[in-house]
Amino acid sequence: MTPEEEQEFKRRRKSRNLVLGLVLLGMVVLFYAITIVRIGAQ
Amino acid sequence: MNTAPTAAETLEQEALVATPVPARMPAEWRDFFALTKPKVMRLVVFTALCGLLAAPGSIHPVIGFTAILCITLAAGGAGALNMWWEADIDAKMKRTQGRPLPQGKVQPTDARDFGLLLSGMSVMVMGLAVHWLAAGFLAFSIFFYVVIYTMWLKPRTPQNIVIGGAAGAFPPLIGWIAVTGEITWMPVLLFAIIFMWTPPHFWALALWAKPDYAAANLPMMPNVAGETSTRRQSLAYSVLLLPLSVTPWLIGGTGAIYGISALVLSSIFLALTVPVGLRSSVEGDKMKPEKKLFAFSILYLFVLFGALVVDRMVLA
Repeated sequence: MTPEEEQEFKRRRKSRNLVLGLVLLGMVVLFYAITIVRIGAQ
Repeated sequence: MNTAPTAAETLEQEALVATPVPARMPAEWRDFFALTKPKVMRLVVFTALCGLLAAPGSIHPVIGFTAILCITLAAGGAGALNMWWEADIDAKMKRTQGRPLPQGKVQPTDARDFGLLLSGMSVMVMGLAVHWLAAGFLAFSIFFYVVIYTMWLKPRTPQNIVIGGAAGAFPPLIGWIAVTGEITWMPVLLFAIIFMWTPPHFWALALWAKPDYAAANLPMMPNVAGETSTRRQSLAYSVLLLPLSVTPWLIGGTGAIYGISALVLSSIFLALTVPVGLRSSVEGDKMKPEKKLFAFSILYLFVLFGALVVDRMVLA
């Protein structure tokens, strides 16, 4: 792998990890909100 | 017997060990996003949201948001599974050659796993957070689109999109059930409207993309039954769509805002289908009436379902 390819490899991996992190964070917030609403309804 | 490796073999083995295996470039997140068919998803999200907003009763905004998110994820998952299954067909068609799998940007197994993950997650969350009946219909709609339509009907019968169109008709029904928790005539009618709208919408595209489908060896109606038959059938579906779209108003399920909108929109839809249904294409035809019908058919569904929500808001 050339240095340019390696740089591209790392860039792609980083952006994927960032998006995955944001998705997980969003899920945590959503599940927290759902739990609060469900408990509130009971 | 001497089994010791020769110097040349040792060097060769060392070279094999030392040579790094070329790493596959990881797919970008955009490639995974493209697997979800974002353009198709827009219509799915919109009709689901309209079904949810037009349903009688109320739903907590967080639960409503979750329901729409689940329908969106399910549509995305089903889209990814469709692309995984049809990667070889997509590679043969101009319209789909640029998709991530034919381009080699995403590995087939990654696409399959991504689709299964989205589908499974969406059904689970819909069941746990919203309603299990809605989750059941969501699971069935994914199964219908991926197995019944993509794997079974599409490569076998020219009626593929007629029956497969049911998969696209589920979102407003699921959105409605997420609020009410039961099935009544109204969500079934919304389902029927999209079901009846799909053939003229899709065949308008199939008529001008005929060479593409022929290249992919897919038995689309224009390629199997011929252009004339497809055109006549499109017209028949549009004629049936007109009274069907007005039925929610006639049975008292909606007010006049929806009823008059449906009457006007379906009349225009029919007026645009008439030239498509009665004409024949010639060599080098630009297929303008078909393209016009296809473009209007998308607008038709957006405005019709928009009118349904406005009607409900005014009535409420």
